[in-house]
Amino acid sequence: MIKTEEIVKGVLTGDRRSIAKAITIIENNEPQAKDIIASIYPHTGKAHVIGLTGPGGSGKSTLIEKIVREYRQKGKTVGVIAVDPTSPFTGGAFLGDRIRMQELSTDPGVFIRSMATRNYSGGIAKATNDAVKVLDASAKDVVIVETVGAGQSEVEIIKVAQTIVVIHAPGLGDDIQAIKAGLMEIADIFVVNKADRENAEKAVIDIQAMLQLNNKEKSWQIPIIKTVALTGEGVPQLIEKLEEHREFLEKEKLLQKALLKAEVELVDAIKDKVAQSILEELKSKGKFEELIEKILKREIDAASAAEKLLREMLKKA
Amino acid sequence: MQKKIRVLIAKPGLDSHDRGAKVVARALRDAGMEVIYTGLRQTPEQIVEAALQEDVDVIGLSILSGAHKTLFPKIMQLLKEKGLTDILVFAGGIIPEEDVPELKKIGIKEIFGPGTPTEKIIQCIQDYCSKRA
Repeated sequence: MIKTEEIVKGVLTGDRRSIAKAITIIENNEPQAKDIIASIYPHTGKAHVIGLTGPGGSGKSTLIEKIVREYRQKGKTVGVIAVDPTSPFTGGAFLGDRIRMQELSTDPGVFIRSMATRNYSGGIAKATNDAVKVLDASAKDVVIVETVGAGQSEVEIIKVAQTIVVIHAPGLGDDIQAIKAGLMEIADIFVVNKADRENAEKAVIDIQAMLQLNNKEKSWQIPIIKTVALTGEGVPQLIEKLEEHREFLEKEKLLQKALLKAEVELVDAIKDKVAQSILEELKSKGKFEELIEKILKREIDAASAAEKLLREMLKKA
Repeated sequence: MQKKIRVLIAKPGLDSHDRGAKVVARALRDAGMEVIYTGLRQTPEQIVEAALQEDVDVIGLSILSGAHKTLFPKIMQLLKEKGLTDILVFAGGIIPEEDVPELKKIGIKEIFGPGTPTEKIIQCIQDYCSKRA
């Protein structure tokens, strides 16, 4: 085992092996993880954390490759975390985002890490969030988090990122429906990728229509950018908007967002700790199995069981 | 603790026959591993750098172009230079029997030719990883 101080020192000096090891420790939820986060935390908060989400096949990875190149040309260093789902049946995962980012691998100013969602107790946000902190502490100017768009994970991204880019492409099937549920509300920037396809203009108009219905926040006008990720068309405009949003945040919202984020993080951490300590106690006394049995026999439902237990525990305390 | 075996499946060299690599990737995924697939035509530098960033336990190299005697030593050399000697490296594809001893000598643990049952590869990885843990 590598010493925590060594890993922390490595992360802070941008040593790639240390960064990789730190993320593994966080992913595995090893005991060291807590100490690493505690030590690097004071060095975080400098990177612009961008969340990029959208349905499979919309061109997220390809677009990220182009975004990273553009940032590199501007002399910025970039970290990428690409999140893909874990199979709930086998626990395995196929992580293929690097395929589109091959040539970035050997750029010393870029660090790419693929993460599987596993079955994290606190949702995917916790491990991803901590991995972002590692890249942030390693002095990356920009950290991009890519999540696949279906289910909870892409809404959870608001816990992680400052600027959320929702990407869509024409011809993916149920067009705007896919981005309706939850995604509309979290987007700071919309991208219609594959803009060289025939229905691109229609997708833009659909999104515009949705945005007009949903104009609660006037201080930031949500832009819709058309891109062709394969050729890089529209990427400079996207970067421009990303930087504009960053400035907007600095002026108006960063503190507010940071407050909200700190609050969510604290609540999540408390939940984690409380749940863990209660579960440990239950398991050590065999009560856990006892209740599981009862739930199976339909003598009591899970929510009532939890309530009953908590009441008993609180009485004792 | 939620430790998972992480495997990089890479295709060095210029052939584009990735069926085998994908079959192995899928089998390992179904065996509960996290498989990072790099895509085609990777340079040794790209493979080793990806292995480092992804902090993998295992690298699987698939090659059908005949360039294994050039590319594999380069990869093993780079792994050594970066201090990644604890990674299990195995290979597959079209590799003549007479080349196997030489490849094993430079540190490639196992060569799995065409027709190898995927269980055999899974077993090899699990044995190695449980020994190391």
